[in-house]
Amino acid sequence: MTGSEASFAQHLSGYHWDDIKLSFGAKTAADVERALSRSANQTRLDLNDFMALISPAAEPYLEQMAQRSLQLTQQRFGKTIQLYVPLYLSNLCSNICTYCGFSMHNAIRRKTLDMVELDAEIAAIKQLGFDHILLVTGESERKVGMEYFRQAVPKIRENFSHVSMEVQPLSTQEYQELKDMGVDSILVYQETYSRQTYAEHHLKGKKNDFDWRLATPERLGQVGMNKVGIGALIGLDDWRVDCFMVAAHLQYLEKRFWQTRYSISFPRLRPCTGGLEPKSVMTDRQLVQLICAYRMFNPELELSLSTRESAAFRDHALPLGITSMSAYSRTQPGGYAEAEPALEQFSISDERHPKYVAQAIVERGYQPVWTDWQPAYGRSAIE
Amino acid sequence: MVFTIADKTFSSRLFSGTGKFADPSLMTDAILASGTELVTMAMKRVDLNKSDDDILSPLVKAGVHLLPNTSGACTAEEAVFAARLAREALGTHWVKLEIHPDPKYLMPDPIETLKAAEQLVKEGFVVLPYVHADPVLCKRLELVGCQAVMPLGAPIGSNKGLKTRDFLEIIIEQANVPVIVDAGIGAPSHAAEAMELGADAVLVNTAIAVSAQPVVMAKAFKQAVEAGRMAYEAGLAATSVHANASSPLTAFLDEIESVSVD
Ligand code: SF4
Repeated sequence: MTGSEASFAQHLSGYHWDDIKLSFGAKTAADVERALSRSANQTRLDLNDFMALISPAAEPYLEQMAQRSLQLTQQRFGKTIQLYVPLYLSNLCSNICTYCGFSMHNAIRRKTLDMVELDAEIAAIKQLGFDHILLVTGESERKVGMEYFRQAVPKIRENFSHVSMEVQPLSTQEYQELKDMGVDSILVYQETYSRQTYAEHHLKGKKNDFDWRLATPERLGQVGMNKVGIGALIGLDDWRVDCFMVAAHLQYLEKRFWQTRYSISFPRLRPCTGGLEPKSVMTDRQLVQLICAYRMFNPELELSLSTRESAAFRDHALPLGITSMSAYSRTQPGGYAEAEPALEQFSISDERHPKYVAQAIVERGYQPVWTDWQPAYGRSAIE
Repeated sequence: MVFTIADKTFSSRLFSGTGKFADPSLMTDAILASGTELVTMAMKRVDLNKSDDDILSPLVKAGVHLLPNTSGACTAEEAVFAARLAREALGTHWVKLEIHPDPKYLMPDPIETLKAAEQLVKEGFVVLPYVHADPVLCKRLELVGCQAVMPLGAPIGSNKGLKTRDFLEIIIEQANVPVIVDAGIGAPSHAAEAMELGADAVLVNTAIAVSAQPVVMAKAFKQAVEAGRMAYEAGLAATSVHANASSPLTAFLDEIESVSVD
């Protein structure tokens, strides 16, 4: 195996968590200024620059970063924001994750949409105007696995231009099948890149296999999935180190799978049933710093902001680097056709109807984009 | 100053796009101010299930021709599919062929582009391929029946200007079809430069769409394109290539000659 074919797990073993954590403290104003001027000269930033930009030393430069990030984002994506909506297929889960409302040990009512309920849900979502959809499943391979997807995905495919999915890590073959059925993008967040912290929070179930999850984007790259989403759950461990790892992971993937598009999102821990206190708290200011740093590091990256964040924060942050937003998310299966808050994964913060989210986007001088894909792209056989 | 692509005559040499604008009415105003008669629009942005096209209808009303593009397509197969879709949905057999399998720099794939161009020409399309500034490829595309070629000036959306200038010159010199410089034009001066080189037209989107004042910027581009073309037609004065050396290297010949005469 040549160096370029090494897995990201091999790369990761070359990084030492505590050393990286220390390096953040060593970054100086000069490092930040160098990164800023490289960006201004249209030089591509390296991981070192990225590190400087998310370090405490960059905090006084936040406004400059925001200006540059806005410029780069408009240059690449224009004054537009993509809109999408999540559709929760099931809240069944056979894992125990300390931070999640769907966790097996939580005594909540479990539900998986049957095909009739799925139809109702699709109809309700279409009514809202959405054309890009994100399917979300818990992690229950037995009940909500390929068998289920073979029924559900084609139904969904018929109704939406772009179909993304947040699903438990699957095998290469299974991803190929999903792609052929019409899935355009798959999102898998590593949660944390610290093996130790990962083990502390994933107590039971297949999800505690760190390496299987870590290699997921590589399996997706191998089948030529059009878009792959990665990210860390902010708060499980030091957010700076985790986000640095995400950037390193991205760089690795882009080099190897150059035909894939990438997106990143930055979920911050939210209150949920059986709630967990974040170990590392990220302030709004730091979230903005992070968004700008990702943009400056990678001007092509799609950055997505979910309804976990408040309406006020979303409206103000949107020009600073964001390219897509969800709206009106219902995090319980069947939530659009028939709301049952007791089933939800986490409580959302921005509750506005998509009409109002779109209006807020317009008020900021941006165009809300509902459709930006042809359903035939990425399929292996086009008639 | 008019020029022709396939069976259409254009009096404006500035082509524009519909993407990246903050809102459809600003887009319409900017396009009208630019004087553009041909605008590209991405098929991936067209929701075929919806009829309320706030982007299309004002343009059609303004008499602007639509040039659907296949942006988003990664293979010849996908691009051909998108072109057929456009023909059906928008009622035009014109297509800007764009195939970029690389989502980062959006570099056009020469092999897939040639394949798709050949197929689309056979199906009766007027094909305007977006390509790297590759003179050989441009000739090959002309040979399979493309009605124009659209080489890039710099990476798309980069606003860096004519980084491929040397190759654009060769393409323009050799072409029997119109050459439209596409991508990379970030300032009116870049557009003027392309026109001075002899390009038949330029396509500008990002630089207008994301300007703080798109309508004013559109006008600036309109004038720059006109000025550039006028300069090209008038014939640019040659830049002096020979410095007048104070002691000419060949003066000795005069001396030798005068000696031998004596
Ligand atoms: S995070 Fe995912 S795997 Fe863990 S409990 Fe929640 S749904 Fe299940």
